[in-house]
Amino acid sequence: MRVWYFSEMAYHPAWEEGLKRGSLRVVLPNSNYDPQIGHRLLNRYLDEFALCDEVGLDIMVNEHHSTATCLTISVPMALAIIARETKQSRLLSLGTPIANRPDPVRVAEEMAWLDVLSGGRLEMGLVKGAAYEIAPANSNPANLMRRYWEAHDLILKAMSTTDGPFSWEGEFFHYRNVNIWPRPLQQPTPPVWMTGVSVDTGRMAAERGHVVGTLLSGHVAGPLFAAYRQRAQELGWTAGPDRFAYAAVIGVGATREEGRRRANLAADYVRTSPVVLEPFTNPPGYNSIGANVAMLKAGGKRTGFVRDRHGNAVDHTTANLDQLMESATCFAGTPDDVYNQIKELNDRVGGFGHLLFFGQGGFLDHQDTVANITLFAKEVLPRLRELNPEPTKVRVAAE
Amino acid sequence: MTRTIDLAGTMLELVDRGDGRPLLFLHAGEGLAPERPWLEYLSRSHRVIAPWHPGYGNSPLIDGSGSVDDLAYLYLDLAAELELENAVLVGACLGGWVAAEMMVRSTARFSHLVLVDPLGIKVRGRDERDIADMHALPRAEYLRLAWADPARDAVDFTQLPESELAAIARGREAFALYGWKPYMHNPRLKRWLHRIDRPTLLLWGAEDGIVTPAYGEGWRQAIPGARLEIIPHAGHFPHWEQPEAFLERLSAFVGTSE
Repeated sequence: MRVWYFSEMAYHPAWEEGLKRGSLRVVLPNSNYDPQIGHRLLNRYLDEFALCDEVGLDIMVNEHHSTATCLTISVPMALAIIARETKQSRLLSLGTPIANRPDPVRVAEEMAWLDVLSGGRLEMGLVKGAAYEIAPANSNPANLMRRYWEAHDLILKAMSTTDGPFSWEGEFFHYRNVNIWPRPLQQPTPPVWMTGVSVDTGRMAAERGHVVGTLLSGHVAGPLFAAYRQRAQELGWTAGPDRFAYAAVIGVGATREEGRRRANLAADYVRTSPVVLEPFTNPPGYNSIGANVAMLKAGGKRTGFVRDRHGNAVDHTTANLDQLMESATCFAGTPDDVYNQIKELNDRVGGFGHLLFFGQGGFLDHQDTVANITLFAKEVLPRLRELNPEPTKVRVAAE
Repeated sequence: MTRTIDLAGTMLELVDRGDGRPLLFLHAGEGLAPERPWLEYLSRSHRVIAPWHPGYGNSPLIDGSGSVDDLAYLYLDLAAELELENAVLVGACLGGWVAAEMMVRSTARFSHLVLVDPLGIKVRGRDERDIADMHALPRAEYLRLAWADPARDAVDFTQLPESELAAIARGREAFALYGWKPYMHNPRLKRWLHRIDRPTLLLWGAEDGIVTPAYGEGWRQAIPGARLEIIPHAGHFPHWEQPEAFLERLSAFVGTSE
């Protein structure tokens, strides 16, 4: 198993105000953001990413917009810095919300540039993006997935075509001369990742052989991975654990109490992150008709995708640490505790080869974050490497 | 009665009821809701043809996608297919926008145009909102803007059958598809409204907070000879909220300006 550290570079000083107003996203005015504090936080978070390279962890970066939950507004900008500050870590962009980007060829260029800069260490997530990303991007939710797939196909073609230029006249995107410079170091493209919570996503990812990642709910990971494996089998290949990724908030400590304290602080991220003004949580077309029927029947309440191991819904905004551990949203305790919890989930969902280690979540301070990263890398990572070891394949080494 | 018609490969479900001068009714973003009284009222004196826009009801989307331009051509095709002559074209909200897009292309089959709180044009400056952002409002706030009496649209969704809920969800998706960006208007439409050479009545709910009567005045100025009439105690859906007043105004207009 590979382990990818990530943090959303949260701006927690504004959380209280966001909670008071009922939305941390879209409508919380940026007067609640102090650029001087932001300056210190951004630099601190980048230091924490750089530390991962020294201790043997891989690195993941994501992005959100108009929000106090995440200061990363551009994965390529953040990864460009991290690529220069690291030597060994593989760098996962998870990812670019390509249905919200007006210019997919620009995405292909930026990813190729990062791959060249990092010596072929890039892994490239092409993601749908969260529902509340629709408003900041003002992208049409009703044809989001049609646009997603057109952008996906165009980006991969732009990155892998070496005898261009080629033309593209699609439903959404139009180019007459696509011929990106630089082209990526990893051929034909860096590894591609998707994210999702539904079995449909599992099947669609399997049809392309992409890595699929899911987050914060062990209950959805099982069926999603199973759907992927089944679809792969139907198509004549066997999907190993290296096709699957799972993200969880993790707090590890020298004592169980210390690990739980760290996890509980980091978990404030998942408690605040879903607090968004109602209309931005379900733009028309973002969720399936079936999901919308279920929501209407439930009186407009969002049913949510997070469940504990018994199938009971878990409300992230109010859950305590034990409930978050029951839903595999959090792993917490000593290195032994955390390893055992990860292994238990791994066995329950049929094995996954990538753990996305959400190791900082707002109020966990720098000292605790460094300790969390360091202890995890020293005591948990070596044992996870033995669990679902990576299949041997040729990788382009970074020089 | 409800039937389905094939228009160059697009299946369109529509209500076709009553006798008399044909009246093509294009529904609001909220949907057709044929059980509501206005179609019944209109059909007492007209042959009412009321399609579900593609994506609503059982009408599938055009090639899985589509735009307001597509709807305009589709309904011009429909008018030709049904051989409508001297027909009244009525459009509400989204349907009003579609009706205007049709009439700037061809008025040949229509004698009168009635626009009911239409969306579709840009009147004021680039940093002024002409049309309330219905998709950024919590449901209760939206109802407060859209209705003079929001209680009249209090629907208990939990009591509706799943097939109806699915139709509502599909309709919401279609509305977004047609009007997300630019938001609920065509920046170029106002430029061409001068082409409408038929008597035009703009009916406006006095308490419409989605598009206000001032926006209606913008429409009136852009369509040659158009009249703007305000219906009291009505919001964005006067045909729904005040069906008698709606019918009265429409009948007076169509009856007196043959």
